[in-house]
Amino acid sequence: MDLARIGFAAAALPSAVPARRCPVDAIGLLTACRVMWEQGGRLVALWACDDRDRDRGYAVNVVLQDVDGLVLLEHSLPSSESTYPDLAVIFPAANRMQRAAFDLVGIASEAEDQRPWLWQASWPIDQFPLRRDFEPSPKWQPGEEEYPFVRVEGDGVHEIPVGPVHAGIIEPGHFRFQVVGEKVLRLEERLGFVHKGIEKRFEAMNSATGHRLAGRISGDTTVAYAWAYAQALEAITGVEPPPRALWLRALALERERIANHLGDLGYLGNDGGFAFGLAQFSRLKERLLRTNLAAFGHRLAMDYVAPGGVAHDLSPASAVAIADECGMLAREVARLKEIYDEHDGLQDRFRSCGIATPALAAKLGLAGLAGRASGQAHDLRCDLPCRPYDELAVRKATSETGDVAARAAVRFDELAESLRLVRAIVDALPSGDIAAPLPEPPAFRKGLGVVEGWRGAVLVALECGPGGTVRRCHPHDPSWSNWPVLEHAVIGNIVPDFPLINKSFNLSYSGHDL
Amino acid sequence: MLHILRQIAKTGIKTDAAPNADLDNIVVSRLQEQVLKTLGRALAIRQVDAGSCNGCELEIHALGNPYYNIEGLGIRFVASPRHADMLLVTGPVSKHMAIALQRTYDATPEPKLVVAVGDCGCSGGIFGESYASFGRVANVIPVDVEIPGCPPTPTALLEGILAAIAVRPPTATPADNPDAAGSS
Repeated sequence: MDLARIGFAAAALPSAVPARRCPVDAIGLLTACRVMWEQGGRLVALWACDDRDRDRGYAVNVVLQDVDGLVLLEHSLPSSESTYPDLAVIFPAANRMQRAAFDLVGIASEAEDQRPWLWQASWPIDQFPLRRDFEPSPKWQPGEEEYPFVRVEGDGVHEIPVGPVHAGIIEPGHFRFQVVGEKVLRLEERLGFVHKGIEKRFEAMNSATGHRLAGRISGDTTVAYAWAYAQALEAITGVEPPPRALWLRALALERERIANHLGDLGYLGNDGGFAFGLAQFSRLKERLLRTNLAAFGHRLAMDYVAPGGVAHDLSPASAVAIADECGMLAREVARLKEIYDEHDGLQDRFRSCGIATPALAAKLGLAGLAGRASGQAHDLRCDLPCRPYDELAVRKATSETGDVAARAAVRFDELAESLRLVRAIVDALPSGDIAAPLPEPPAFRKGLGVVEGWRGAVLVALECGPGGTVRRCHPHDPSWSNWPVLEHAVIGNIVPDFPLINKSFNLSYSGHDL
Repeated sequence: MLHILRQIAKTGIKTDAAPNADLDNIVVSRLQEQVLKTLGRALAIRQVDAGSCNGCELEIHALGNPYYNIEGLGIRFVASPRHADMLLVTGPVSKHMAIALQRTYDATPEPKLVVAVGDCGCSGGIFGESYASFGRVANVIPVDVEIPGCPPTPTALLEGILAAIAVRPPTATPADNPDAAGSS
């Protein structure tokens, strides 16, 4: 909605989708969030900045989204003593973002929950890495924190701690289950283990090469992050990439979605006790990745999207190979879907397992693919299509049941749609240049990039400094909103179903821990 | 059920169908030979993500697909370091994972091999060393072999695993091979 209509001073914000920025005081922050929430708006991201070097104290930034586009609310705080309103009372997902903002910048919300989130005793608790005067000491050694998990008490209740090193080949995180018998009464997540200082690292980079780091925030979402970063920098410099570059980016992004959905559908079969599914889907994924290597110069298309365009052109031979592959994959996936659908044992594991109801999903802000499987019909490619999606008429895949079966079904539907899109993109690929030169970005200008990755919308908020440096870059993964919902979706299920439920969400640790 | 059997029969054996079959087959047969020669049994690997972006994990997963068929070579990924001959570690090692990595290393029985995977595992990569990152795996635990790449391809991973077994057979006791003890 247009916040200017209710008295806010809103100005246009450079971005590939409609976006506005709005300076707000504490009451304005709460009011804007509440009004947007009442109109169906959602929280996308919350982060903080240290602007003391420009005599502006600190800033809390909140990005909300509704049908009209994005709104960036900017709230200044004169000193680290001042606090800002707790937004988790409106958007529950704000809780962990607010705690992370304190860990990294040292400004606190007024929330009751002040437990650390990304901090885990590896640096002193009164030192804040994203402050401009932060100086790390080689003397700091990792310590062990006493994290206050909530415990359930009662007859026969016991606790199962899992992680950070898990049994499979997956990312590290800690899960604390409170169980009675096999039934999960409560799950509490402790994340932050792969925090490797990405936001601080951005500040030592030149904006022209920042896409390489953006492409390594979450390896399975490298195209979406690099594109979102490129969008933000292009918005700041006012450069529009040539049409062919934008279509090639969409080609890489849809193939990233296909690769991840193929992988997940295989592992969902495997975790449901159906190893046949993993063998079949991993075979198809490997075919896709080999075609990627020939088409993009990299199996995952890392570093393919660069500011201004893409790194190299698509050869006619690769275009033919990709078009042919679409037909093959569509046939194979349709056959495998039939096998999955008819397999009683698998369906028995999938159905009514790990339910996130549409009401819960709406309340907690479940985003992206998992959200669409719980009736939250949001997809940037349809809702706020950037080029070339405005010409592709993407069909949204949704389900209402919110169980593992729904998340598998949405993946099958999106897979079929992405194969259609890939075919359409290759057929209609415009000719011309694949990159436009970028001038040095003006200092202290902000830009947003937002792209519908396979997991959900990824956002990159970028502010450049003098001489083309990165002053502040906040990348935001949809996993921030979805991890808390997983805690709810497992309640009442049995512990052995957790791996299946977790896999059906397949959330990012690295993209969240930063 | 008939659908499944038909699909299996139709799919056939994919393991030989690698596009760069010559290179892959040489690596694969040498690896299989070396595993049998030095171990006389399966090689058990425990993978540890010590801070990676998850890109390396995607390619490690790919080793299990029918094209690389790593289990067919007598190599399997195990759930506990106590069952492992080799740790396959991706980096950079985040400070928050350093203690867990050290404990995983301590829990792995001797003789053991450590293979650092990816540019980040080898050098710290784009993340480097910082308040939150120790950088390369060798900064935290002793490393036998490094496999560069961002991420390394499945073939590069197979070659690296082979090199590790050849460099320091895990069946050798530390007394047999004093130079290698604690090497990085």
